[in-house]
Amino acid sequence: MSVMSQDIAGTVPAGPRRFDTLRTIFKRPATVIAAIVILIFMMVAALAPMLSPYDPLAQSLLKINRLPSWENWLGTDQFGRDVMSRMIYGSRNSMLFGLISPFLAAILGTILGVVAGYFGGVVDRVISRLIDLLLSFPELLLAILIAAVLGGGFWNIIAVITVAFIPGFARVARAQTLSIKQEPYVEAAIAVGVRTPVIIFRHIVPNILAPIIALMTLWVASAIRIEASLSFLGIGTQAPNPSWGNIIRDGLNSLFGSPWPIIGAGAAITIVVLAFNLVGDAVRDALDPSTAR
Amino acid sequence: MARYLLLRLADAIPTVFLVLTLVFIAMRILPGDPALAALGDGALPEQLAEFRERMGLNVPLWQQYFNFIGGVLTLDFGRSLLSNTPVIQLIAANLPYTIELTVAAMLMGIVAGIPLGVLAATNRNKPADSAVRGFSLIGYAIPDFYLGALLLITFALNLGWFPINGAGTDFGSRVYHLFLPALTLAFVKAAFLGRLTRSSLLEVFNKDYVRTARAKGAKERRVIYRHGLRNAMLPISTGLGLSLLSTLSGSVAIELVFNRPGIGRLLISAIAERDYAVIQGGVLVFAMFVVLINLLMDLAYVIIDPRVRVQ
Repeated sequence: MSVMSQDIAGTVPAGPRRFDTLRTIFKRPATVIAAIVILIFMMVAALAPMLSPYDPLAQSLLKINRLPSWENWLGTDQFGRDVMSRMIYGSRNSMLFGLISPFLAAILGTILGVVAGYFGGVVDRVISRLIDLLLSFPELLLAILIAAVLGGGFWNIIAVITVAFIPGFARVARAQTLSIKQEPYVEAAIAVGVRTPVIIFRHIVPNILAPIIALMTLWVASAIRIEASLSFLGIGTQAPNPSWGNIIRDGLNSLFGSPWPIIGAGAAITIVVLAFNLVGDAVRDALDPSTAR
Repeated sequence: MARYLLLRLADAIPTVFLVLTLVFIAMRILPGDPALAALGDGALPEQLAEFRERMGLNVPLWQQYFNFIGGVLTLDFGRSLLSNTPVIQLIAANLPYTIELTVAAMLMGIVAGIPLGVLAATNRNKPADSAVRGFSLIGYAIPDFYLGALLLITFALNLGWFPINGAGTDFGSRVYHLFLPALTLAFVKAAFLGRLTRSSLLEVFNKDYVRTARAKGAKERRVIYRHGLRNAMLPISTGLGLSLLSTLSGSVAIELVFNRPGIGRLLISAIAERDYAVIQGGVLVFAMFVVLINLLMDLAYVIIDPRVRVQ
């Protein structure tokens, strides 16, 4: 944490630095509300076993396609499973994939981008060509195509979303590295013979972190959407495990049953994505003013 | 200009080969044994052997690579494992539906999105602006397949105004079947294009030539459309290209929601049925479309912005 706030502070010109960034991020009330919404969903995901009224996998032939009631707040699905419990457990998937994939992609993409930017030459040309090509694909389509080949399941989804995000991070990291490499302090370090890994980790990486972190926050929302889409298409989280995406899929498969699983799960995705978008925009505006809209 | 266009076209050739190579690596090398990946762990040894024979997987890898490239170049994608239909026929039968959906959604999105952006930018910080921004925020967050499901439940299932599935036969019924799916995708496009048009226009309104136009007494309409929107078209046209790409990826889920034929549904059912040749064909079609759209975007810049030609 301390490392992060130091680097962020490095981009803020003056003043009592550390808290300034936080204050800028939470300047607007909408951002504060969004952050609270995110915290609530995270609590729900963490406390799923305590909060959910029923076992999300328990089927009951006697309670198929029930409408909402006091007993089952969002009704039941075509297998008689409690939709509310499935939604609560489904939030775990969204939060896990939403947070893990952008983080992994940020690490791998930064490594690729820094290597390309710092060493240049053939390495750079190969990496850049590949990044450019992959960037020409929308992340969702890239994820669908990779998932088509790999298939669903927990680790595959992590891999699919991570790979879809790597090129974006690599491009930012490469561009930043190229500009920082020109700075006098890096040239000085090279001139006095500081070893390359030290230059990269001491002088370059800390100074390119701000835009990387901004991008990472923005892409949490995308990761949640992509996981939901993949699960909806049947190539993400596999049945019977609940995910907001496959709750909607099940709902559509029994269209003449109850619409409530679709309405509930879709609303949850929309609210969480909206909240992460708002926070992501605020973080980007605070950390990376150059790209602010 | 012709020379630039030719250079750009020539540059697309290595890109196509790179894409083909990546698809080959993804289908043949990454899964370990493609036969096992395609048929599942429960497959019998005879089935695996037959699959390898049929898919040409028992020749050396380099030979498979050349067979693969040769097949693609001659539009021979093999036959479906399930129906034994040539994959190219399945693609040809499904492609028109995906294209009509994508084009209709783009048109509807442009017709709604750009005026919304103009409205927001010319009424900056007034209620109309806030309304458009609120609309974009929701359009950015709502998953297209969820919106599609809601429209389907409301207008097709409950009100009965639109058909529940299929794509229709004659022109009239095709448009009728197309409306709700295209509207779903267009909603998301309109949110994106509205926001983009607003910010591009606001930037142009700060330019000296807009102030000059106002100072010399040009009518406000003329300032907005001639001086403003026309100069904002460059960022907007980039946005159009990006949104064409995202409409294409959105069409996969929308075809599933509305149970329409199309390349997306072909690919998704092939995955469920483990139909290896069709999966490969579907992946290739999407990848080639992305390369083609990017190429068209580059060519469009040359026409819209003559400065690009000089570089």
